[in-house]
Amino acid sequence: MMTPVVLWSDVLIWLLVLAASVLGWLSRRNPLLRAAWQRVGRSRAGMASATVLLVFVCIGLLDSLHYRPRLEDSAGRGTGTSSEKTAVYSVEVLSLLDFLLTPLRTRTEKTYSEPLATRAHAKESIEIRDADGQLRQSRDYPRLKHGGAHLGSDEARRDADVAERVLRALGLAMLVWWMLAAATAALLARRQNCSHRQAWRRIWHNESDLACNAVLAAIAALLLCGLPLAILASDYHVFGTDKVGQDVLYQVLKSVRTALVIGLVTTLVMLPVAIFLGIVAGYFRGWIDDLIQYLYTTLSSIPGVLLIAAAVLMMQVLIDTHPQWFATAAERADLRLLALCCILGVTSWTGLCRLLRGETLKLRELEYIQAAQAFGVSDLRIIARHILPNLMHIVIIALVMDFSSLVLAEAVLSYVGIGVDPTMISFGTMINNARLELAREPMVWWSLAAAFVFMFTLVLAANLLADAMRDAFDPRLAGSA
Amino acid sequence: MSQETTVNEKRLLEVRDLSIAFASGRSLLAAVEGIAFEVAAGETLALLGESGCGKSATALALLRLLPAAGRILGGEVSFTGRDLLRLPEADMRGVRGGGMAMIFQEPATSLNPVLTVGRQMAEVLEHHLGLAGQTMRARSLELLTAVGIADPERRLGEYPFQLSGGMKQRVMIAVALAGNPCLLIADEPTTALDVTIQAQILELLRRLQAERAMGMLLITHDLGVVAQMATRVGVMYAGEIVEEAPRAAFFASPRHPYTQKLFAALPNLARRGGRLETIPGQVPPLSAMPGGCRFAARCAHAWDLCRQEAPQWREVGPDHRVRCHLDDEQGRVHSTGSKKVIASTTGTLATPALLAVADLCVHFPIRRGLLQRPVGYVRAVDGVSLELARGRTLALVGESGCGKTTVGKAILQLLPASGGSVRLLGQELVGQSRRELRPLRRRLQMIFQDPFASLNPRMAVGEIIGEGMRALAMPGTNPQRPDRAAAIAAVLQQVGLDPAAAGRYPHEFSGGQRQRIAIARALAVQPDLVVCDEPTSALDVSVQAQILNLLADLQADLGLAYLFITHNFAVVDHLAHAVAVMYLGRIVEQGTVDEVLRSPQHPYTRALLSAVPSPRLDEQPEFIRLPGEIPSPANPPDGCHFHPRCRQASAVCRERYPGTSTLSTTHTVRCHLYR
Repeated sequence: MMTPVVLWSDVLIWLLVLAASVLGWLSRRNPLLRAAWQRVGRSRAGMASATVLLVFVCIGLLDSLHYRPRLEDSAGRGTGTSSEKTAVYSVEVLSLLDFLLTPLRTRTEKTYSEPLATRAHAKESIEIRDADGQLRQSRDYPRLKHGGAHLGSDEARRDADVAERVLRALGLAMLVWWMLAAATAALLARRQNCSHRQAWRRIWHNESDLACNAVLAAIAALLLCGLPLAILASDYHVFGTDKVGQDVLYQVLKSVRTALVIGLVTTLVMLPVAIFLGIVAGYFRGWIDDLIQYLYTTLSSIPGVLLIAAAVLMMQVLIDTHPQWFATAAERADLRLLALCCILGVTSWTGLCRLLRGETLKLRELEYIQAAQAFGVSDLRIIARHILPNLMHIVIIALVMDFSSLVLAEAVLSYVGIGVDPTMISFGTMINNARLELAREPMVWWSLAAAFVFMFTLVLAANLLADAMRDAFDPRLAGSA
Repeated sequence: MSQETTVNEKRLLEVRDLSIAFASGRSLLAAVEGIAFEVAAGETLALLGESGCGKSATALALLRLLPAAGRILGGEVSFTGRDLLRLPEADMRGVRGGGMAMIFQEPATSLNPVLTVGRQMAEVLEHHLGLAGQTMRARSLELLTAVGIADPERRLGEYPFQLSGGMKQRVMIAVALAGNPCLLIADEPTTALDVTIQAQILELLRRLQAERAMGMLLITHDLGVVAQMATRVGVMYAGEIVEEAPRAAFFASPRHPYTQKLFAALPNLARRGGRLETIPGQVPPLSAMPGGCRFAARCAHAWDLCRQEAPQWREVGPDHRVRCHLDDEQGRVHSTGSKKVIASTTGTLATPALLAVADLCVHFPIRRGLLQRPVGYVRAVDGVSLELARGRTLALVGESGCGKTTVGKAILQLLPASGGSVRLLGQELVGQSRRELRPLRRRLQMIFQDPFASLNPRMAVGEIIGEGMRALAMPGTNPQRPDRAAAIAAVLQQVGLDPAAAGRYPHEFSGGQRQRIAIARALAVQPDLVVCDEPTSALDVSVQAQILNLLADLQADLGLAYLFITHNFAVVDHLAHAVAVMYLGRIVEQGTVDEVLRSPQHPYTRALLSAVPSPRLDEQPEFIRLPGEIPSPANPPDGCHFHPRCRQASAVCRERYPGTSTLSTTHTVRCHLYR
């Protein structure tokens, strides 16, 4: 039926998921880390944003399982004997998310249409067959092929239809939420051996160990926004369509993965470099320190965009001259995405490195390091056992904080034209495509607005989580709380 | 009526029933409960207590400067007739600095580093006296002169980093005095300073107080400072004042068991070689205050009533009040230190030296310029020679910056020596590679000053102790786990901790317990020599006594040798067999404890000893005032390093450094007076 395709970025993403679960398992066993995570769990803003982020991550993960569907045998040679041997697969690489969103993906219009519209955004010459069988040309907004198609000719009923669907969706959302909340209360009641009523009170008075009320509130908000979107999307283009008639909601959902890859894989690229060089510079000092300092001061004094532009263009030339490397366009775009991650990683490790060097300089003078030196413990072991664990809070905080700035950086770079492959859907390319249309009259605003709202939510959630994690992991702040 | 007003005028500050709490989550934890005291003009009330008993919170509450979590629950603070707790904030700003001024503990952080001294004084003068221009400048100069700063013209334009520690504290005092306060609150004003500087500052405070008839509220943990400064003493314990007495009565006959224990815990000559009294347990945490007498859990004389009912004030003498259920004579604690004198033979020992240090030098290059060429050297240690035998204690004393810690670290090869030799059991340590040093590492270990910085917060206690065993692959402990766990449990028991502590993390322990863990870590590899770098200076008196007892026991049981680096002469007196006094990287006097402490010969040793405040009223020798402070080791004075501060300096002192003069077989001194 299909053949799985493993893109390099998929490998990295699932590796990250694996690493995160290993980290989670390790921090369950380490009481200090567990205490820090419990502090995150008690932070209401942190847990609400974590819930939102989890939804984004799920979308991204669904979008990271790729396959190539098998093409249907053409009717002409459908006798069935030869088809087993020569299974033909499509050149188009799809993901699980694409499969789930098939209606959104396939129902393309001709060009722009407004959100929830039944007709196109621009007038066209249409041929209408009159009652007497004559063709007549008129200039009007053409009817959309898919948007509101179920209404038939009764376009006036659209508002009522939308309102009815929204109401139905809100009702459904409340029902689902109520069930979830009841299940949470029941679980808590069973865990803590108290009545449901008490468990319920504990949740809302924030007396449980986890900020359940924040999670439930975030889920409520997500359901109230998400379900109406889902129900409307089955027959309308909720966020409209773009220049080539593709559904903007579909584009926005596809952009999430690009943003996550840029945010996470880049940190993965830069983290080892930053940690290694930072600690080595701070711990050994002397000429090693000088060398590393010269390296990062030089690197950070080159304008970042210039460096990235040069590297991306070189990469582009390389890709263009070797088309035989890539079986599909998706693979090519994927490689370019990874290259961008690497380049962003190379230019962004300096800040964290500098921070870690300074902290290591402070730590190495502490008495427990000297006590270890008095035992003749090797340098490598001192770094691994004494210095690295005491730097982890900085690393975790920097990781979460960098994530949001990298997502924004991708948007800026794609806008300038040196970001991801133009065929790859990302927030940056969406904004880039939409920018010219802002000057149009009437204005095409929905592409930009949808990208903005989604990106804003993603980055805000990441920032709020970063704040909560900094409060929980920073030993100075944790001590005072 | 008229009589009463005169009394009221005399009383500057009256605190009644003041209660302070700190918000923690949704609950309030009472830090200070119902304390009451008075300060009259010209008198000094000393609030004495260990850390965490609410002294500083009280002082801050008087000025209404409690941190955000602090709340004043009730009570009355009447200052020159006004109730400060009901004053609007705008008026309160006039009281702060104008009526009451405060001196903080750490001069380095209480001055703003980006403002000049003149600017910081001007702030107060402008606000409280409305001075400006030339009059303000004149007043600033006057104040700086009053606090004993030479060349005040120049100092006005200088920044705090250009001043030494003692000078900064003088400037702080000048800033505090600028608003002409009638009450000075001094929160541990000399704790961060060296003894000679401390003596200068205390003298200055006494003089200023007498000149200006100021009241003073002195907050301290040091009985020696109390003996020198106070007119009356209030002892605080766990948020309450438990005893209040005039100075003479306080030192002659302390009545509360806690006060008596505090005195008994002080190391001194009478208890030399014996065990110090300790107070078992620790101050109860704010969250779990006992219902009855707060000291009951640690008191040897507690009976049922103590645990049920909080004691009320009881007069036991003129102006002498105590909060205790015990009757007059019943509660007399006789400090009977069990005289387990360690068999110590004075004089030289026949046993070969365990450690022999000869001409040890540690020079740090000062690098300048593009190529980082050394342009000079900081001679932190400049030719130190020591000998230490098994089972003995050598105390290395001196003020901060004299290089005593550097000596300790250079002996452990934590710092590379620039010259000289360190021999352990005849084996040379200087210049050895790391691999060659490793088998010797086991024999010498170090205990650090700050028990909060010397334990890795991310490692469990068992891992911390096991690290050394593992790194040195201790014989008898296989890499197999159960063996090492047993060894860790044994060493924990040796230092008086529960073996179950191995699974817990350092932050769960108090300062004293942490220092025990640090000792256990050093003991785990069975060393012969332990370098103790001020192991008790970060601890309270009662905890210090526990640690000193532990160190003495370990020495008796295991035959350890200690190189004890300290600035506390009482501890030296109690523990050491021999003493070496350091000044600017060199040992100026060396001998047995009796020789050096009873008949000091070098002028520096004499001055140092005279500056130590004694916790008794009768014993304070005449203070030999040392002008100035320790010079920089980067640029030591020509000739004898001490001559610019020495009253007995002669022409020859300015020309060359004195050689070693031998006074007895064990007593040597480097001074031209003993040629």
